[in-house]
Amino acid sequence: MGENEGNREGGLIADLLGSDRRFTAGTPPRDATGWSITALFVALFVIFATWSTLNGIHAALATVGVGGVLPAIPLVLCGIAALILLWPAVQSWRQSQVAKSALAGGDLVATRVATASLREYAFSTFGYAAVVVIALFAAQFFIANELAVSRTFFQVPLIVSSLSLVIKAFWTNIYIFVIAEILVLVWGLIVAIARMLPGDAARPIRLISMIYTDMFRGLPAIINIYLIGFGIPLTGLPVLKDLQPESYAILALTLTYGAYVAEVYRSGIESIHWSQVAAARSLGLSYMQTMRYVVVPQAVRRIIPPLLNDFIGLQKDTALVNVIGSIDAFNQARIVASNHFNLSPVTTVALLFILITIPQTRLVDKLIERDQRRTRAGGN
Amino acid sequence: MAMIEICNITKSYGEFKVFDGLSLEVEEHQVVCLIGPSGCGKSTLLRCMNGLETIQDGEIRIHGDRMSGPGVDVNALRRDVGIVFQSYNLFPHMSVLENVTLAPVKVLHESRASAEEKAMRLLKRIGLEHKAREYPDRLSGGQQQRVAIVRALAMGPMVLLLDEITSALDPELVSEVLNIVRDLAAEGMTMLLATHEMGFAREVASKVCFLYGGKVHEEGPPSQMFSEPKEERTRAFLQRIIEAGRL
Ligand SMILES: Nc1ncnc2c1ncn2[C@@H]1O[C@H](COP(=O)(O)OP(=O)(O)OP(=O)(O)O)[C@@H](O)[C@H]1O
Ligand SMILES: [Mg+2]
Repeated sequence: MGENEGNREGGLIADLLGSDRRFTAGTPPRDATGWSITALFVALFVIFATWSTLNGIHAALATVGVGGVLPAIPLVLCGIAALILLWPAVQSWRQSQVAKSALAGGDLVATRVATASLREYAFSTFGYAAVVVIALFAAQFFIANELAVSRTFFQVPLIVSSLSLVIKAFWTNIYIFVIAEILVLVWGLIVAIARMLPGDAARPIRLISMIYTDMFRGLPAIINIYLIGFGIPLTGLPVLKDLQPESYAILALTLTYGAYVAEVYRSGIESIHWSQVAAARSLGLSYMQTMRYVVVPQAVRRIIPPLLNDFIGLQKDTALVNVIGSIDAFNQARIVASNHFNLSPVTTVALLFILITIPQTRLVDKLIERDQRRTRAGGN
Repeated sequence: MAMIEICNITKSYGEFKVFDGLSLEVEEHQVVCLIGPSGCGKSTLLRCMNGLETIQDGEIRIHGDRMSGPGVDVNALRRDVGIVFQSYNLFPHMSVLENVTLAPVKVLHESRASAEEKAMRLLKRIGLEHKAREYPDRLSGGQQQRVAIVRALAMGPMVLLLDEITSALDPELVSEVLNIVRDLAAEGMTMLLATHEMGFAREVASKVCFLYGGKVHEEGPPSQMFSEPKEERTRAFLQRIIEAGRL
């Protein structure tokens, strides 16, 4: 130790650390009682805010004739549930007392443990409180102006009566996106392969595929659908001019999403390290065999998450077909909505879309997570 | 006539000349070791011989046939000239057995059964037959590299190119890989190896070539190259290797 001290004088390390740098991890932790007091105040405040909002809900329900005791029961239960917020806050306070006495007794380790758990409890209080506050804002929004929001978007009788009509129209959306997705899978692969053909001879093909992907990724889907849906019938081209609006929508969405998916394929294939290609080629496999047996099987795993993401986008964009007058769920809902001067049927459509996409987004996240675990584990 | 003749080849990456009139001959059953400082072009030379890189000038001939430039069937060339890389490059989505049988089945059109039977024999030779169904990421570096050698051998190559096949390995795994190379040399396999394992080069090489300045700067039998190199550069290079404790 003594000789080292001499060596450090004037050196770079001494310069960086300063001459009076000492080991600090051994000092007592900073007093965090403030956090636990704050947690207590936050918990109490949020509980009172909850009670006042619940009261407001009760009053609002009374104005629409659902007052009385029975609807009050869940509200009271919610009010009691809000008290749970006190638990982490009180725990945090208790740990602060433990920390204090441990420090007085000179037990540094116990002090650190108690301080850490004090913080943990305090921050969980804040976390749960934040969630409750968001819920309260939402509730206030719904009951504001004598339930105006609820009535506009969630008129239950209208939702129920229009449900079967809207769901039936939703099949149009499903039909459009299922067919379009199948076509996109094939079309995107063709474009991607065209874009990656090796050699000088394929230069024009690469160029044309590049122009296509650039163009259709830049063109808003709604304009594309509009142009194809109204334009092609006007051209009078045989066969093409007499298609259903749904077919034009499928064509337009395939062209738009084909461009995205081609890029997904391409980046997936290019993400396979060139040394894999070198290894395959060095064994005498041809370019196509290398793609087929070595590159694509490895790329597929990486492609699936972004591919699903694009499919989710495509599914949502089927709602755009209303610009060419196809009776999809959104268009149907709008018709009902304007007849009743109420947007509740559109809410149904919104919920339907959310309902079909959520499992897919969850799946995408799962797949990405799985892939990351694999790469972290040292695979390829 | 030598089996492999590399005549006066030139290769550059943009402005940078890797080879500037390099010539080298390899006789059948010879083991030729390429040594030289990092970046002198050992890997590039091997990759050119396998058709993974193109040369700009000069010729590479095998049994008198030109094997560089336009019109060469590189896929056929690669059946005769196998290469093993420093980083193994096994296919991670295939089991060991599939790695070894892929090319025999798809390129040589062997039946799957006979390809697997041959692969199992080769794996047995290197003591890895019990790993045949494992995936590469479950194998140690040394085991992966041995599988990579077997994968190249399964094509029945006339020549084997080995590019620093032990430099990514822990010291205790090096010998298990070198033992295979030693066996192959004893069986008369023609091999070119780029290596930093000077002790090994000294032991197995029929000829050692020192690459420098885009040429074979000096070549000779290992006894002479390692004990009394003629050229100043070679001496300086070997001196540094000795200082690093690798000879
Ligand atoms: N694809 C490439 N593009 C540009 N330069 C390259 C490329 N591949 C190799 N080089 C250059 O060519 C030279 C020779 O590279 P090479 O990999 O053959 O060296 P090496 O002798 O194998 O070195 P090491 O012992 O480090 O493996 C290096 O200077 C390198 O920078
Ligand atoms: Mg190299």
